[in-house]
Amino acid sequence: MAVVRVIRTCGSEIVDVSRAGENKCAAKASFARNRFAIPIAEQVIRSYLSVPTLPRLDPADAPLRRGQIPFNTAMLAPPPIISVSHLSKIYGSGFKALNNINLDIRRGEIFALLGPNGAGKTTLISIICGIANLSEGSVTVGGHDIVRDYRAARSLIGLVPQELHTDSFETVWATVSFSRGLFGKPKNPAHIEKVLKDLSLWDKKDSKIITLSGGMKRRVMIAKALSHEPQILFLDEPTAGVDVELRKGMWDVVRTLQASGVTIILTTHYIQEAEEMADRIGVINKGEIILVEDKAGLMQKLGKKHLKLYLQGKVDALPASLAAYNLELSDDGRAVIYDYDTKGERTGITSLLSDLRNAGIHISDLDTTQSSLEDIFVSLVKAP
Amino acid sequence: MNYRAIRAIYLFEMARTWRTLLQSIVSPVVSTSLYFVVFGAAIGSRITEVEGVSYGTFIVPGLVMLSVLTQSIANASFGIYFPKFVGTIYEILSAPVSYIEIVIGYVGAAATKSIILGVIIMATAALFVPLHILHPVWMLTFLVLTAVTFSLFGFIIGIWADGFEKLQMIPMLVVTPLTFLGGSFYSVDMLPPAWRTITLLNPVVYLISGFRWSFYEIADVSVGLSLGMTIGFLAICMVLVWWIFRTGYRLKN
Repeated sequence: MAVVRVIRTCGSEIVDVSRAGENKCAAKASFARNRFAIPIAEQVIRSYLSVPTLPRLDPADAPLRRGQIPFNTAMLAPPPIISVSHLSKIYGSGFKALNNINLDIRRGEIFALLGPNGAGKTTLISIICGIANLSEGSVTVGGHDIVRDYRAARSLIGLVPQELHTDSFETVWATVSFSRGLFGKPKNPAHIEKVLKDLSLWDKKDSKIITLSGGMKRRVMIAKALSHEPQILFLDEPTAGVDVELRKGMWDVVRTLQASGVTIILTTHYIQEAEEMADRIGVINKGEIILVEDKAGLMQKLGKKHLKLYLQGKVDALPASLAAYNLELSDDGRAVIYDYDTKGERTGITSLLSDLRNAGIHISDLDTTQSSLEDIFVSLVKAP
Repeated sequence: MNYRAIRAIYLFEMARTWRTLLQSIVSPVVSTSLYFVVFGAAIGSRITEVEGVSYGTFIVPGLVMLSVLTQSIANASFGIYFPKFVGTIYEILSAPVSYIEIVIGYVGAAATKSIILGVIIMATAALFVPLHILHPVWMLTFLVLTAVTFSLFGFIIGIWADGFEKLQMIPMLVVTPLTFLGGSFYSVDMLPPAWRTITLLNPVVYLISGFRWSFYEIADVSVGLSLGMTIGFLAICMVLVWWIFRTGYRLKN
């Protein structure tokens, strides 16, 4: 864990002081190596946990020695990096673009926000990033309130908006360097160079943005967002209008960023993108979060499976005894398709096979397919 | 204070000036030279001295002010309107910068350009007429105050404007007429008494009068009043900018 690494770096170490069945530990400083280690370690832990003081263990819990900082490891579960609480956005016209949104984004994850046009995805991102004002509720980023402590909150965020907003007459290098300065970071040509190289923009660094292709401009915007080394990256429709090859290139970039510890929130219309990339998926519709779920869990929870049974002979019509299964007969009459719910207590497959045999219909082969995320998404947003 | 952000905005805006050197610096100098040719040489040769100085010399402070006022507004209004127009304003709004830092960056750059321009025009004028500056410190004070005040005013126009037409409307329909009628080319004393009174309602009269006083100790109104009016207008602009950022007027939804 990052906190453990930092504590070790400053000359301390985590030592387990738990008794049986308890999950508690302490940071122990090595005075021989660094006499400032204890306060630094404590400060690091407090900062990481976003708590003013560390809860002390009961002295009877463990035989702590001089120089140890006891704290409860249960608290080491990292707090959400973004916490949206009861957020609403009401425009002057009375239109409610967001309605009581509650959402936590975990540190280091890729979170995909799905929703149809006008669902409120961009509004939500705009509020978190400071581009739009919130009407009700609160948002914290890295524990900092986005209104009261906007500087600390915004300095953690990099934003790649949906539209290609660029300074046409600036060079790539100048515009990316400008972004870094705007976020209060000292010049660091080596970092800018790395970002441009990672995004395959290095050979275009002295080109004016107006001369670049749409895909390159998109990458320039990502480079601008990464110029100040953000911990959180918002990608609003990052691959809209981008060809397949470039899209896959961007996915690689996103995965690399995640591996370096950056939390990524992306909105997309491409279900395949969410399916491919995301750890968790949130679905927003008409200004409300309908669900937030781990991708695998969502697929499993809501996914339906299709069973396709290939018949030995051609069937013109299915007998009435099979009506209860809602079977679909293929156009050529040589296969039937049965939809079943994996969550259900009974899938009905056994009885279907039995009833088919009783009806004199014999099977030559079968296969099953899982619903795609797109099917799930469509069924969610179309639900009344 | 996010000094690096101020520096970034300031240098970004100044870079735009050097990139568009012709329209930023050269064209105002050319148009001012034309004023000297027309008003100073052609018409001025038929006008005798105004309050002890030749007509060509008399109009120099007015011409400098004319350019500084219009260029301050144009620079600052375009500087903030353009990011709004092309959408790059998102980056300013999402950056960890306060509105004071944004204003210092944009207005500072616009005012710097205007001051550079004012100095170039004075140097150009010195080629046509003998130029004396009796109070250089006051001259610089009025120049800087006017450049900053009208850059702030331009910044407000740039935020208010939701189209290029509006961006041009206030400078064309309000500022330029007020400047021409504010004593750039004449002394208020040359007007009939009724017009003299009406002219005193024009705030630009006070700017030009104070600025001209710093050159020749010739003034239509007292220097203190000129300074007070300039600072008063500056204060009004600052309050307006504060309100814009507090409410997010035309910047944030």
